[in-house]
Amino acid sequence: MNPTNLKYSEEHEWVLVESATKALIGITEFAAESLGDVVFVDLPEVGGEVGQAEKMGEIESVKAVSDLYSPVSGKITERNEQVMDNPQLVNDSPFDAGWMIRVELSDPSQLDKLLSAEQYDSFLAAQD
Amino acid sequence: MQRTPLYETHIAQGGRLVPFAGWEMPIQYASILEEARAVRNSAGIFDVSHMGRLEISGSGAAGLLDSVLSVNASGLREGRARYNVICDETGGIIDDCIVYRRSDSAFMLIPNASNTEAVIQWLAQWRPADSDVEIVNVTSEFAMIAVQGPDAVGIVDNLCDIDASAVRPFTTVQAMIGPSQAWLARTGYTGEDGFEIIVASDRVVDIWLALVDAGCVPCGLGARDVLRLEAGLLLHGNDMDTDHNPYEAGLDRFVKPDREGYVAGPALMRIRDESLSRKLVGFVVTGRGIARHGYAIMSGAESIGIVTSGGHSPTLETSIGLGYVGIEHAEPGAVIQIDIRDRLVDAKVTELPFYSRRRSE
Repeated sequence: MNPTNLKYSEEHEWVLVESATKALIGITEFAAESLGDVVFVDLPEVGGEVGQAEKMGEIESVKAVSDLYSPVSGKITERNEQVMDNPQLVNDSPFDAGWMIRVELSDPSQLDKLLSAEQYDSFLAAQD
Repeated sequence: MQRTPLYETHIAQGGRLVPFAGWEMPIQYASILEEARAVRNSAGIFDVSHMGRLEISGSGAAGLLDSVLSVNASGLREGRARYNVICDETGGIIDDCIVYRRSDSAFMLIPNASNTEAVIQWLAQWRPADSDVEIVNVTSEFAMIAVQGPDAVGIVDNLCDIDASAVRPFTTVQAMIGPSQAWLARTGYTGEDGFEIIVASDRVVDIWLALVDAGCVPCGLGARDVLRLEAGLLLHGNDMDTDHNPYEAGLDRFVKPDREGYVAGPALMRIRDESLSRKLVGFVVTGRGIARHGYAIMSGAESIGIVTSGGHSPTLETSIGLGYVGIEHAEPGAVIQIDIRDRLVDAKVTELPFYSRRRSE
């Protein structure tokens, strides 16, 4: 269920490496399902910097508020305005239309520490 | 942790169970928002068996209820129901509940799950020593389900042996649903038309499954909370408690304080005749963010109150909430701010309810 072309963090974010320095970030289907209906997403301003494991935004479901953490460090080059206007995209399409931000990586070596799809699947299995 | 007779059914139907007021209850099935939409557009079904069911009977039953309820039980005709609050001697709200008159000398009271014991104690405290009134907690002998939504009455009508559409709002009747005897009451907590149905515990699973088969979408407490907030209905423990009186909670129309022998009467008359310093208001968040229970309500830098209920409204497609504010900020139209995790977000005081269904006729 977790796409093999993505990398994952234990905080249930995914990273799509688009080039040597560019990456797209979102949250996994597992995270979206655990949250339930997402009704609010707040993302950081374009141009700002975000550090690995730092809070980059907020996501709220009907019942709960959660912080969003960035799995990598970098400069924010784009944020998904559609997901801020229509938070349901996170539930409908967590790995695609529900993406959160695009960053220019400041330390691509951080990618090596993220999980593969297979490793993330095992990590989820161990959570139960 | 207590379980309702529908516990296994909830699990089988995919309910996500959470602890609530000492009970394991479904918070949601697949999606809170889809469940809420089903109730607004067609029909939903809720297990509300965690709520208390108290039978109060005897020749002195009406008199005892008159002395503790905010309305006159003795003035209720048979089969009629009324919403009211139970206040302590300072006017604080112990609970809100619906009272049903089943016969001349028998009433049913439906307190909130977390207040059932407090209500029993309060009734016992004011029951005269020589009274013949019996207060029996039948919560576990019976189950209660709510069927709510524009299609609810038609669905219930098809399954029972009476003309359900002829049951007027806030009345209760006995009917057969298949082989099971049930009390149907045209009441609810969602802002939609529908019934609350009380049946023997060992009959409720069959009735639940028949109603789901007939098109009712199983709904959890999450959807119930969204719907009642949209309908401007208060939740005891959040929006009212013993530190708040029914006048500041905006429940004036459910309170008849000037009655002989009403234990909260003197305090409530005093409160009624004084000017209020704070009032429960509804507000719509106009900025970006979701107001939630416990957030501060601000007027600029000044803290003016606390959000008692708040959340996302799928029907209004914005965040709404309730909270007590100083009386000078309580006028509809007043601009206030909600402190959403250190961010001040604009909101506007509005009339309640936020949502009211279109009524035929």
